[in-house]
Amino acid sequence: MSDLAVLAGQGVERAVAAGAADAEAYASEAEDREVRVHGGEVESFTAATRRGLGVRAWIGGRVGYGFGTDLSPEGVVTIAARAAEMARVADEDEFAGAPGEAGEAPELASLSDPSRAEWPAARVAELALAVERSALDADPRVVGVEQAVYFDGAERVAVAASSGVGGEFETSSCYAYLQALAEGEAGRETGLGFGLARGPAGLDPVAIGREGAVRASEMIGSGKPRSRNCPVVLDPTVAASFVDLLGKALGADAVQRGRSPFAERLGDAVAAEAFVLRDDGLEPEGFATAPIDSEGTPRQRTALIEAGELRAFLYDSYTARRGGVASTGNAGRSGYRAPPGVSASNLIVSPGSLDLEELLREAGEGVLINDVAGLHSGVNPVSGVFSVGASGRAIRAGEAAEPLREFTIASDLVSMLRAVQAAGATPRWVPFGGSISTPALLIGEMTVSGS
Amino acid sequence: MNEAGELIEPAVAERVIALALAHGGEFAELFAERRGGLTLAIDEARIESVQSGAEEGAGVQVLSGGTTYFAHVDGLDPADLERAAKEAASALRGDRAAPRPLRAAPASPQPIERRPEEVPAGRKAELLRELDERGRAAGGEVAQLMASYAEARRQVAVANSDGLLSGDDRTRVRIGVQVVAQRGDRVETGAETLGGHRGFELLDDDAASIAATAADKALGLLDAGPAPTGSMPVVVGGGFGGVLFHEMTGHGLEADHVQKGASVYAGKLGEAVAQPLLSAYDDGRLPGEWGSDAIDDEGTPTQKTRVIEDGRLVSFLYDRQRADRDGVASTGNGRRESFRHLPIPRMTNTYIAPGEAEPEAIIAEVEKGFYAVSFAGGQVDPATGDFVFGVNEGYLIEGGRVTKPCRGATLIGNCLEALAAIDAVGDDFWMKTGMCGKGGQKVPVGTGQGHVRIAAMTVGGTQA
Repeated sequence: MSDLAVLAGQGVERAVAAGAADAEAYASEAEDREVRVHGGEVESFTAATRRGLGVRAWIGGRVGYGFGTDLSPEGVVTIAARAAEMARVADEDEFAGAPGEAGEAPELASLSDPSRAEWPAARVAELALAVERSALDADPRVVGVEQAVYFDGAERVAVAASSGVGGEFETSSCYAYLQALAEGEAGRETGLGFGLARGPAGLDPVAIGREGAVRASEMIGSGKPRSRNCPVVLDPTVAASFVDLLGKALGADAVQRGRSPFAERLGDAVAAEAFVLRDDGLEPEGFATAPIDSEGTPRQRTALIEAGELRAFLYDSYTARRGGVASTGNAGRSGYRAPPGVSASNLIVSPGSLDLEELLREAGEGVLINDVAGLHSGVNPVSGVFSVGASGRAIRAGEAAEPLREFTIASDLVSMLRAVQAAGATPRWVPFGGSISTPALLIGEMTVSGS
Repeated sequence: MNEAGELIEPAVAERVIALALAHGGEFAELFAERRGGLTLAIDEARIESVQSGAEEGAGVQVLSGGTTYFAHVDGLDPADLERAAKEAASALRGDRAAPRPLRAAPASPQPIERRPEEVPAGRKAELLRELDERGRAAGGEVAQLMASYAEARRQVAVANSDGLLSGDDRTRVRIGVQVVAQRGDRVETGAETLGGHRGFELLDDDAASIAATAADKALGLLDAGPAPTGSMPVVVGGGFGGVLFHEMTGHGLEADHVQKGASVYAGKLGEAVAQPLLSAYDDGRLPGEWGSDAIDDEGTPTQKTRVIEDGRLVSFLYDRQRADRDGVASTGNGRRESFRHLPIPRMTNTYIAPGEAEPEAIIAEVEKGFYAVSFAGGQVDPATGDFVFGVNEGYLIEGGRVTKPCRGATLIGNCLEALAAIDAVGDDFWMKTGMCGKGGQKVPVGTGQGHVRIAAMTVGGTQA
């Protein structure tokens, strides 16, 4: 047993000693580093270590949470006592209780890339500088890079509960991104390029820089589209933003509390057949992949939307008990500072057979969306109705034409899914918000508001 | 008076800074922090998500030749601090540099009348129940209510190689409520918050009334029609309406964006960017306000900075490093989310100063337009100035009168154009609280203004 698993076990013991009938502890330890470069110079280099413990305590249907960074024996006692004290403030909930009855955790290939340790600071700084240089070299209209960032980190997690559920695992991740600035007569445009991998050797700095350069320079001279209902093609980064929303709406917590447009719709036709979605906590390439979720339940694969039908919701142990079903291994948390809640692991949209050119041809006349802004403020989470700012290109005669910005696209989640005419052939991992793999999507009709 | 020595011994701080400069560097800084807090929520009329925690740690940075080397650790033991200093210095290869001896520069934290930690947690649960009852009593169509209470205390200490030693003790309390109203298939939400850099006294004066306000918003939206589409005059409400100015102008004034040429306001100092009727400030000293502190997170006392004077751009917002680069003094805007982050220029409380127009007259002059009372949030690209805002509560203006409520509207535009198009500023004025995200760091900020009118702006509606 590792020191971290021992620590989690102590957290559970101390909470029981403080009066908890049941307890669970989550201990994590991480180290990471980040390099920011600008103008060919390293702007900052950050090295960090962090360690913390979070304890959930249950007392007769009441649950409380305590956390802290003081991991001395006295510190653990304080954290556990805090959890028990918080439980006494909460109201009783008949479904509250420690996670139990977990099955066997799957055997997974290593989630950690040891090459991280072999790349000294100077070498990863060089990688970040190469990302910036590549954007500047890619197109003469790129006049600068707002910032190019490299990050890598490794984390160890241990979970233990008084019910005997628990486990531990280690993961690593690494990413780089930049925001390129391009300038034309009509003004200035920005473009994001990014890449992610388990370790630095998996990143392609030239491709990342070039993507930012292309996205920025192709927007030069943009105008507004005419307001109308028309086909739109969502590029994978934009499709991922919507899939992220979808993952939240399919969480059993939102469903049970009447805050999802999919509540009461299990088994209904909610999408076109071209749209197939699963949650997959075991996918080797996924960054949310792990043997267990953040309360110790084994990760698994869950079909969410198949053959146009809504097949399942995502559950953690609490919502599973409340819904009278088994947990789907979808307890997630943002670290030791917060208790777990329902969240998607890796959301994967099945690719179709058309490449981007073919999707555009299929669309005929419409708009290609390369970026959306304000998605989280522009969506009603209960009804799924949204109106968000967007930018992209016109689609004319089946080809990408002039750049467009300052317009909105509006629909609602279910209408959008039902209007999916085709999924692209090339999926991409997009890390914003969640861990999502999706191809581009052709939506038959959406409201575009421009001039 | 807050003494930094409550958190770290001055002798330890001196040793840590000397260690950070052991291999050279022009500047070194130690930032230490102890933070703790409590949050709870009510949902489905049940108190839940009761959480409390405490963290402590420190960040050490060394500046050398334009590069910042930063390391942070959990824990405040001298050994933890020394580990951070050594890690920060590890990439440097120069000769030892000598720091100046520390001189305590005591700050005056915001006064807190009733420490929230001393109020029993049960009282906080009771307050959430009051919010629940008040919101649900607003109408039979209130289907759901969620409310939360949060208190947080941050004790910070800053010491640097220029000899500065200062500290601050910050307590913030905030409640928020979200109401879902339902009529058949129609579902609408309304939200309201109340917060301050204050103790529990913030909530003494009928705090639960915010639940009724949120419920009224949600209920009002049940009658809302589709939002209009196209370019039209837009009147923006006071208080939280100031988030529009925060996003479209405030971020572009932060000196890091400006120095990278990634702000539309770069090179425009002294120029007219708005009509003469508009003046605006960033003020980190406003008593009790959500975005106020005694010092920023680099130890610089906070101040009131005039950013736009009678339509002319007169100042950017600086942290220490960016101020040095421009040869000016820091404006006390070097802020960070925690000891795990580097300070960057951030707004504190940012607002458009009250003007001379009566709010009623601002609306009465609009033949056909849109009235945006509050926003669900927004986003701006500082480099291009393009922004988008989701309107939470909005109305049509027809014949000089506010008429039908609209749902799902979005305001889109470019900040240079929109700021220059402000042709009326109201004499009413109030502030609201927000959490502002930038570079992966969230900090509390205040926004404020009276009613303002933008002569023309694109409204993206729900109808083609």
